[in-house]
Amino acid sequence: MIQFLLKGLRRDRSRSLFPLLVVAAGVFIVVFMQGWINGAENSILGTNATFFTGHVKVATQAYHKESAIMTNELALTELGHLLQQLESMPMIWTPRIRFGGLIDIADHAGETRSQTPFMCLAVSMAPTSREHQILNLQQSLVRGRLPEAPGEILISEIMANNLQVKPGEMATLIGTTMNGSMSMRNFHIVGAINLGIVALDRNMLIMEFRDAQEFLDMEDAAGEILGFSPDLIFHEEKARLIADQFNQGYDGADEFAPRMVTLPEQNDLETMIKMMGLFSSVAVGIFVFAMSIVLWNAGLIGSLRRYNEFGIRMALGESKGHIYATLLCESAFIGAVGTILGTLLGLSVCYYLQVKGIDISSMMRQSGVVMANVIRAKITPATFVIGFIPGLAATQLGAMFSGLGIFRRQTSELMKELEV
Amino acid sequence: MSKHWVLVLSLSLNSLAAEPTGQQILKAVDANITSDNKIIATKMIVRGRRSSRTIESLSYIAGTEKSYTEFASPPREAGTKMLKLGEQLWIYSPQTDRTLLISGHMLRQSVMGSDLSYEDMMEDPQLAPFYAADIVGEAIVADRSCWILALASKSQDVAYSSRKLWVDKERFIIMQEERFARSGVALKSLQVRQVQRQQGRWVATHLVFKDQLLAGEGTEFIITSLQLNAEIPDHIFTKSMLRK
Repeated sequence: MIQFLLKGLRRDRSRSLFPLLVVAAGVFIVVFMQGWINGAENSILGTNATFFTGHVKVATQAYHKESAIMTNELALTELGHLLQQLESMPMIWTPRIRFGGLIDIADHAGETRSQTPFMCLAVSMAPTSREHQILNLQQSLVRGRLPEAPGEILISEIMANNLQVKPGEMATLIGTTMNGSMSMRNFHIVGAINLGIVALDRNMLIMEFRDAQEFLDMEDAAGEILGFSPDLIFHEEKARLIADQFNQGYDGADEFAPRMVTLPEQNDLETMIKMMGLFSSVAVGIFVFAMSIVLWNAGLIGSLRRYNEFGIRMALGESKGHIYATLLCESAFIGAVGTILGTLLGLSVCYYLQVKGIDISSMMRQSGVVMANVIRAKITPATFVIGFIPGLAATQLGAMFSGLGIFRRQTSELMKELEV
Repeated sequence: MSKHWVLVLSLSLNSLAAEPTGQQILKAVDANITSDNKIIATKMIVRGRRSSRTIESLSYIAGTEKSYTEFASPPREAGTKMLKLGEQLWIYSPQTDRTLLISGHMLRQSVMGSDLSYEDMMEDPQLAPFYAADIVGEAIVADRSCWILALASKSQDVAYSSRKLWVDKERFIIMQEERFARSGVALKSLQVRQVQRQQGRWVATHLVFKDQLLAGEGTEFIITSLQLNAEIPDHIFTKSMLRK
């Protein structure tokens, strides 16, 4: 029977080709969109985790609350004690300080030659630190070298060009200490970097954590401590457990008590993840619905073409239910083949975009959204199977609706119909 | 008798006969604030959300155009110097051995973490040329009978669009002040806690300045010594003084 159905599908192309193309096209779009949304989500989460949130972040309650203004007045104190406590938790712990200020380049007479605002990320650059790997500093270096000694900084290539400075020159940084005082220090620019994120590359500056502590009068203090899984992949459940365990030991009412939050709890990322999940589900739903209608229509046309065939099969004694079942079987074949084709096509395009990506930096020039300049698709196990939901469901739904006509055929009128 | 006392005395006599206008009161306040030259040692207690710090400084002031300030403590701020000449303000940091002109948005930054901004420091202490004043009520502040003046800026070239002053009726000294943005949001407030008579002039020697947009209890200013109409050599008000 199966062979009979397959032969029919192979020999009667008009019965299988159009539905097959529709299924393949629909599945391709769903697979591609899943891979693309997954990639975009991964890019946003990855960028946020690397530069702002970590997989978990420890900061004072007040600092979390006013994170947008990055005030180090609300920084964590007794840093050494806190880091000691965190050591027992299975994550990479790295203290950081973020602050803004002005960078001033002097001319030969010591007067201001050029000046611009900066955003600084102070991280540990000790050989034992994994910040180089987390921030991908070596690969981001455009010219010069990474800081090796105290008083050395990296600035973004865009800022270096705007200020017309090159590695080796001196810069005066003007910032605000933990106590709110103005602070001025001279630093050596040793390298220019391109982080590949327009919003950061405009005015980013990276300095050694200990230099920032001294500069901002933050002895044994840090703005925040970020935690990363040892494999640098975010494991939500594990992160949540660690955060809950840590927070149990602190008073929730004290605004200066440390509190640990997970990646999705920061920067509205939870909402974004939910939105993207919803968007994926809605997209799949829409395609199932649209493809079902198209395939229903195709089935109806097919049924009209096969009016006589069904009549003869009924006249030969085949039951209506059996004919209906074979019709569903045929659609399952078409659905499966179309889904495999669409999935293969979708995976190929996703793979290409996973390797090459699409450069969106020209669209992000004025944007403040922290997102990588190159967005890549990401193939996950779900990408392989997601197409089977619309691919099989739509063909089955289409066939189920269009095949209902079989049950309206009256055996008593068959001979009359067949004479026609 | 100095010019300002003539104005204050004439206003006091006038007030026996008729209520002075808001503008007249403002001119008397200006006359009381400004002196030719003064040398002031101050203690600034900055009360933040977590801690408080005391900053000591010595300032040389000539009229409303020139001032030179050197910070003596705490150790981190010691040696920092500021020079104001007209509408320009330079700051010298001994750690960098550089002198920077404070301009643009930096003027809105806090001075040494206090509730006072550089813009506040740069402001001309005279109010009458820049604001139109109306008497809007009377009140008792720190046991002193005061007029309440509502000030509206005459031009857009001022840091605060409007102000409200509580002016001592006898001493023509501001006892309390609120400063507002164009939107009507209160930006800064000032409360005088102590007034002393120094060299024949009423001077607020202890006041609390508060940035209303910041948490914390404000910044206390205490004048520890004041020398009015002092002899100040001209070289004090030069950029070369900053690096000495």
